[in-house]
Amino acid sequence: MTTTQPSGAELPLQQIDRVVIRFAGDSGDGMQITGNQFTLTSALVGNDLATLPDFPAEIRAPVGTRPGVSGFQIQFSSSDIHTPGDAPDVLIAMNPAALAVNIKDLKSGGTVVVNTGNFKDTDLKKAKCDTNPLEDGSLDGYRVIPIDINARVLEALADSELSTKDKARCKNFYTLGLMYWVYSRPLEPTMNWLADKFAKKPELVDANQTALQAGYNAGDIQELFQGQYSVPKTEELPAGEYRNIMGNQAVAMGLVAGAQLAHLKPVLGSYPITPASTILEELAAFKHYGVVTIQAEDEIAAICAAIGASFAGCLGITSTSGPGMALKGEAMGLAISTELPLVIVDIQRAGPSTGMPTKVEQSDLLMAVFGRNGDAPMPVIAISRPSDAFELTIEACRIAVQYMTPVILLSDNFIANGAEPWCLPDLSTFKDFPVTFTTEKEGHQTYQRNEIGSRPWVKPGTPGMEFRIGGLEKSTDGNISYDADNHQSMTEQRFQKVANVANSVPTPAIDGPDSGDLLVLGWGSTVGILTQGVIDARKDGANVSRIHLTHVWPLPNGLDEIFGRFKAILVPEMNMGQMTRLLRSELPSHNFISYPKVTGQPFLTTEIAGKIKDILKG
Amino acid sequence: MTETITKKLTRKDFQSDQEVRWCPGCGDYAILAAVQKYMADTGTDPANTVFVSGIGCSSRFPYYMNTYGFHTIHGRAPAVATGVKTANPELDVWLVTGDGDALSIGGNHLAHILRRNLNVNILLFNNEIYGLTKGQYSPTSPVGTRKKSTPMGSIDRPFNPISFALGANATFAARTIDIDAKHMASIFAAAAAHKGTSFIEIMQNCVIFNKDFYNDTVSKPVRADMTVTLTPGEKVLYGKDKDKGLKITKDGVVKCSAEEADVWDPTNESAGAAFAYSYLDSQPDMPQPLGVFRAVESTIYEEGVNAQVEDAIAKKGAGELKDLVYAGERWKIG
Repeated sequence: MTTTQPSGAELPLQQIDRVVIRFAGDSGDGMQITGNQFTLTSALVGNDLATLPDFPAEIRAPVGTRPGVSGFQIQFSSSDIHTPGDAPDVLIAMNPAALAVNIKDLKSGGTVVVNTGNFKDTDLKKAKCDTNPLEDGSLDGYRVIPIDINARVLEALADSELSTKDKARCKNFYTLGLMYWVYSRPLEPTMNWLADKFAKKPELVDANQTALQAGYNAGDIQELFQGQYSVPKTEELPAGEYRNIMGNQAVAMGLVAGAQLAHLKPVLGSYPITPASTILEELAAFKHYGVVTIQAEDEIAAICAAIGASFAGCLGITSTSGPGMALKGEAMGLAISTELPLVIVDIQRAGPSTGMPTKVEQSDLLMAVFGRNGDAPMPVIAISRPSDAFELTIEACRIAVQYMTPVILLSDNFIANGAEPWCLPDLSTFKDFPVTFTTEKEGHQTYQRNEIGSRPWVKPGTPGMEFRIGGLEKSTDGNISYDADNHQSMTEQRFQKVANVANSVPTPAIDGPDSGDLLVLGWGSTVGILTQGVIDARKDGANVSRIHLTHVWPLPNGLDEIFGRFKAILVPEMNMGQMTRLLRSELPSHNFISYPKVTGQPFLTTEIAGKIKDILKG
Repeated sequence: MTETITKKLTRKDFQSDQEVRWCPGCGDYAILAAVQKYMADTGTDPANTVFVSGIGCSSRFPYYMNTYGFHTIHGRAPAVATGVKTANPELDVWLVTGDGDALSIGGNHLAHILRRNLNVNILLFNNEIYGLTKGQYSPTSPVGTRKKSTPMGSIDRPFNPISFALGANATFAARTIDIDAKHMASIFAAAAAHKGTSFIEIMQNCVIFNKDFYNDTVSKPVRADMTVTLTPGEKVLYGKDKDKGLKITKDGVVKCSAEEADVWDPTNESAGAAFAYSYLDSQPDMPQPLGVFRAVESTIYEEGVNAQVEDAIAKKGAGELKDLVYAGERWKIG
């Protein structure tokens, strides 16, 4: 550094359209907080954004090791974006392990900010680096910005009475401050958040705010970066009021809303499991909305308590992830057999068995649709993104109470912990679907069906309407029956009832020409990546259309006719081809091409665009 | 409704139109009759009563009661009942289960409903055998039980249901027998009077697969000497002439004279004495204890859960959708 170079403040401000940043550090370094704060501030600036948190299952893996690396990627933009971005433009690496794990993803020529304070021999050893990547040439081709963040933070906090260890913990806010300067973000939202978060520990508010400001100032007064960038607010998003939303948050809110629209008390039975636990936590905080939460002793008890609540005339809900779904199977059958409404939320994660609890997969689809003993049909809905989770959760509640059936609501780890701006809906446009409990004995039978195949709901406590139900086969009057013809008929009735749900669901719209050589079909959290992948392929001349399913079982009406207008249907999904199997069995006359990915990471848009082009090339 | 309440109820009012299909001579008939009679005698409102059961012979019980009923899945009745009672605390919830249902496949849920102390009544029919699956040994069968799945005798030590319940911090635990309708009725009354989970073990005869297994203790000729009834406020005495006493020493429960016998107090905060008495019959030449082992007051789960909801509403006001959605940091576009 020579004094003849300009200071940061004198560098030009360049306007750019979009940036992808990845914060990476040890799982104890506060990278998720850093990422979430950057997200919140970018949202308030008015950018469109999408995020991808990526953290280990271990709460604190051994410090400085590769398995302990926690990452948070955000793409923010002044235009409409659909994904958290394939490759980061900027990587912040807080230690050698974070650098080693993430450098391969960085865009060629991209910028890497390295905390050199954590590159001592012992640090390199923990990260299993034989040589120092800062010196061995492995960072050639990237723009490296070395800063001893550890030392800078201690200097900035010289006057603080905190212990050295506590001071060191402020380094993530120093880093955040630095990035705020580079991308011209205001400090106020994070300053306010800190004041609120540590309200009872003013010394921590002070230290973290000082570190944030110091990081910002460092950008301003030193010549670390080539310049400052501005990513203006987007004008491409629809007009309206926005907030930032994460998938699990939106599901929790949708459950409250769904119950209110059904005029029922929501009762959640749940057992903690990654990555679904935050739904239980969010709902536990919504008690003033009349929400009852029961943290059960296990997954089975959780769904059984929810079924008990539905039996008692409330909206029973249970939330879980794959291994919990497996445990709940028998109880789902009980809800199907007794025809009680129930919402089962499954935040999918990589399997089988415990699998990779914090990584994303869509591999519970066939279990959701078919995975129970006996012929046990159930509607399945798949959320696509944090911003459609609220409405699709309400939709699950509607189907559950109107059809007197359990409904599975599939989400996944990418949606659950990912964030994006949500254009807040006009609540007055939501139609309620109030439940009417049957109180008249005249002509009443427990399993008498209405025009959509649903049965009446009687609330225990109603005089003169006493009934007994259970998991044994029954006849229309509710009494146990092992009669052969009756079982055939009841099985068909339950099957037809679920099939009827398709009649209340719109045929999905086609993005692009309504006929052609290739249709890309997606479901769940791949929506953004498929949208962008298709846009990119079209830029290269591909004639390709796209369709996305939210109601995955029963399949919506009209698909057969749509598929018939395309030569091939490409089905990318984060499993070994489960939707493809479903489509091949239900609509066998079409040419489905499976594109599976099971790395625990979302597809890249380049992978999708590349696949489309390969297929069209023939 | 009014009509039902003003009219004097009879057992018939609690009988459903379903034919009872237990084996002839099964102890379940006597229990069903005793429950129906108890409900009629106490003017129970059938519309406000829910019977929840798991799987097994005993769990067919709800179908024969003219109340609300839910025959659920194996072992899970406590979990379902937890949902029913928490969702609507006004309902009078009874749970019917067996030794396999409650102590094997559903042992976890039984422990947790007892710990949570919901205000429900649990009837555990203990016949020390799997009846519906045709006679395998159960978790309450004594060591050495020879059945089809244990041709050389069972190896695992049995659960004592009362010890299990007390270990799970049950606030009410009692034992009765299917052949004593009067004693059953007195235990039902004590259970109904108790606020919290009332756990009742009913020794019940399976005439097909474990016939008269309890004859060594409860059959008429030996009952006076081979059982002891724990009665609150009275001395722990047994024998035809009530001349044999029991008392707790540092070595456990021992025989003693009538004068020295313990005075039974199930309301003692400590479950120690109740626990010591609960496994009395596992010792040689000791009587089988019947009656109320424990009856203490504690916090009720569903009351706490619903009170928190009411408190939150009182403090924050009843939440409206708009406040839910239009919350946090927001911004406008356009």
